Amino acid sequence: MNSTILQTATRVLVPLFLLISLLILWRGHNAPGGGFIGGLMAVIAVALYALAEGVEKARRLLRIDALSLAGLGLAMSVAGGLWGAAVGGAFLQGVWPFYGYVPGEGTQGWPVGSILLFDTGVFVTVLGAVCAVLFSLEDAVFSEQDEEAR
Amino acid sequence: MNDDEARPRAPNKERVPMPRLLTLLPAAILALIALWFAQFIPQVAAGEVITWARPWIPGLGIEVAFLIDGLSLLFALMVTGIGALIFLYAAVYFKGHPKLTMLLTLLTLFAISMLGLVLADDAVTLFVFWEGTTITSFLLVGFDHEKTKARDNALQALLVTGLGGLALLAGLILLGAEAGTFRISEMNAAGDLIKASVLYIPILILIFTGAFTKSAQFPFHFWLPGAMAAPTPVSAYLHSATMVKAGIYLLARLTPALGGTEVWFWTLTLVGAITMVWTSVLALKQTDLKLMLAYTTVMALGALTMMLGGGTRYAVMTVAVFLIVHALYKAALFLTVGLIDKGTGTRETTQLGGLRREMPVTFVIALLAAMSMAGLAPFIGFIGKELMYEAALGVETEPLFVATAALLANANMVAAAALVAIAPFFGARIAPPKGPADPSPWLWAGPALLAVLGLAFGLFPSLIDGAIVTPVVQSILPGEEAVYLKIWHGVNLPLMLSLLTFLLGFALYYGRLKVRASLRSTNFTGGLDANEAYELVLKTFKRFAAWSARTVQGGKMTVYLRTAFTVLALLMWGAHLASRDAFSPPVEGLSLVPLVICALIAVSAAVVLTTGSRLYGLTALGITGAGVAILFVFYSAIDVAITQILVEMLVVIILAVALVKLPTMPQERNFRAGDAMIATALGLGVAFVVASVLMQPFDPRINEFFNAASYPEALGRNVVNVILVDFRALDTLGEVAVVLVAAISAAAALTAGLRARKKVDK
Repeated sequence: MNSTILQTATRVLVPLFLLISLLILWRGHNAPGGGFIGGLMAVIAVALYALAEGVEKARRLLRIDALSLAGLGLAMSVAGGLWGAAVGGAFLQGVWPFYGYVPGEGTQGWPVGSILLFDTGVFVTVLGAVCAVLFSLEDAVFSEQDEEAR
Repeated sequence: MNDDEARPRAPNKERVPMPRLLTLLPAAILALIALWFAQFIPQVAAGEVITWARPWIPGLGIEVAFLIDGLSLLFALMVTGIGALIFLYAAVYFKGHPKLTMLLTLLTLFAISMLGLVLADDAVTLFVFWEGTTITSFLLVGFDHEKTKARDNALQALLVTGLGGLALLAGLILLGAEAGTFRISEMNAAGDLIKASVLYIPILILIFTGAFTKSAQFPFHFWLPGAMAAPTPVSAYLHSATMVKAGIYLLARLTPALGGTEVWFWTLTLVGAITMVWTSVLALKQTDLKLMLAYTTVMALGALTMMLGGGTRYAVMTVAVFLIVHALYKAALFLTVGLIDKGTGTRETTQLGGLRREMPVTFVIALLAAMSMAGLAPFIGFIGKELMYEAALGVETEPLFVATAALLANANMVAAAALVAIAPFFGARIAPPKGPADPSPWLWAGPALLAVLGLAFGLFPSLIDGAIVTPVVQSILPGEEAVYLKIWHGVNLPLMLSLLTFLLGFALYYGRLKVRASLRSTNFTGGLDANEAYELVLKTFKRFAAWSARTVQGGKMTVYLRTAFTVLALLMWGAHLASRDAFSPPVEGLSLVPLVICALIAVSAAVVLTTGSRLYGLTALGITGAGVAILFVFYSAIDVAITQILVEMLVVIILAVALVKLPTMPQERNFRAGDAMIATALGLGVAFVVASVLMQPFDPRINEFFNAASYPEALGRNVVNVILVDFRALDTLGEVAVVLVAAISAAAALTAGLRARKKVDK
């Protein structure tokens, strides 16, 4: 699809979408959002890029193979769980090294911990998995079209 | 049948043959294990039983339990001792073969399974190892998997023994439930309780099915000769001393728990006798030495089954002695056939003759082993056969039947032994395809030792009677007195029967060509033997599978979706109609906005059903989705609403890509009435179910817990997300894994389809 309007808009929209998706991942613990929703947002950014610039460029945008990315995401989630097992005593137990709840004052410190790693893993898995399906589908559809055109 | 199994195949650069010394390692390890077991002989002979148990699934009373008593020790010694000799033989036989590593690995795995099977004292432990032998023997029989015949026969062995294994599992579970324990030794102690139970007959049928399939008893006798597609060392191991004896072992092991009843006696006696006589006749029909040995193995297994059915002191003594006799001579003879094959390039009796001067060592080994097989004095085989006649005459109800069956089978056995040991070495010299020459001493050392042991035990039966045979008899018949074996019993009826056996056997041998010709020309079973019945069943199954796959899995997405949604709708309507609760739709409290959105959703759904354009349909579907998302927002389920909208967007993107390839719809305007009905039924069904769920009293405790604990304990204010990533993170992990698996399959399917179409185009 060679649309100048789409390509110009994409240059602005894709970074914006990706930023928002990360923001949604980050704020998910306290406000609507989270890894799954953030991951879907990121997929939409990549899908837009793929529509404007083609699948090959979109693949290069991800840098590593989409399915490997998804596998990496699952590994991150499992790692988050194991972190909980090692420190918190149970698999998937939440561990927040720099963060705590003080009665009467609310949470304090840096909200970084095993749960964020787990949720980031969800984000990455969703991104990788849906992109993998999308890319294969576009390959299947458009490569044949190219051949027919020849 | 003259296959070139021992010839190295075309050089394969990837597979480097193991260094010679390393290939002898499995044999050495097995020999060490055999020695380790041998140290238990005095203890076990003194009546001790060594047990070892660890909990496995304590909730079900299942343990990993092992026991060493007379019976399991004999089997363990056979598995490891004979195993060590065969491993040595295999390493030399297949020297330089590219798959030698694979063969030795599989043989080792098999030996472990077999050892676990005979030592297990827990029914589930036993079953696990039992299945281990089934699977490894499948791989071993199909070792030459480039050949169709090897693959088919391996599959046949797997299907028959695997199905038997399922029956066995059911039988063991029933037995365990009835006895209240999975410990086999405790089951044996509770024998009277089990025999009095109503489940006794079902248990017996299931366990017999398992044992008969494994030990190739009639009518499952057909798979064992087929399994001769295995390399010769494998046949020598699996089909002489070990795997096929597993069924016999099981029957012997469970004799105190199940044996001694009329059903037990009649079933085992009849099945054993039929198997024994019928397969000994079939053995004479063969020209391939290995196949002939295979049929005589089934015959020996039949004899063991029959004797276990008899269950008297003499019958059980016969079982104990005959197990040793058969393992020694049959392993030796299988290996000898391997020597003949190696030295001449053929196993066909018609191509072998007059070889005794050119292959003297092979000849002597074959002669020694075959004399034990024929039951000639002073070999251990003679003692075994005398005991068998003694036992047959002592059977309580039908001594004449049992003795006649034994006589017929033994006469055929004598003829078969002569065919293996005499025919290839005497008579006119026939030039074989290559050689002939004796193979290397490394190769004949194993069979020679086994054959000599057969002679030694016959000359000095006191070597084994107190140390081995008595403990075996006492494991099968607890409390039985010690056994003393003698070679000379005086002139009595068994001796007369023995003489008659030899006369008949040699008569059959001298008329062997006529016997074989007439057997080959006679059609005993009207054209349908067990093997053909197996083929028929298999073919019917395949036809049924193809039919059901064609019908249910037509490959059309619309059919799948219609089926799935119809079933779902029927289930929900069924549940709704079957519930007796009074139902009133919760209409009060509905405000205007949701109603308007509902109307919008309904209109878009109607467009989807009537439009002739996929693009319109897709857009309308998007509107329904967006409508649902707005409803979620209206009821303040923000996270769900966001997810819904994002998913809708993605669906549009993905379908837009797919749309390019989809064919145009057949008609301009087509109201799809069937789909409309399914959709309406499903929608109403969901509505009813949700409404009835809402009518149930609401238990707020879970909600209250999550709301209260979310912030102080999980440090998050968004309860939905906290549930997803913290409280119920394991569910999420599972779902994410499913997403990954689905993506892998979808990507693979799409790529494969692309490749297949490209191939077709070319």
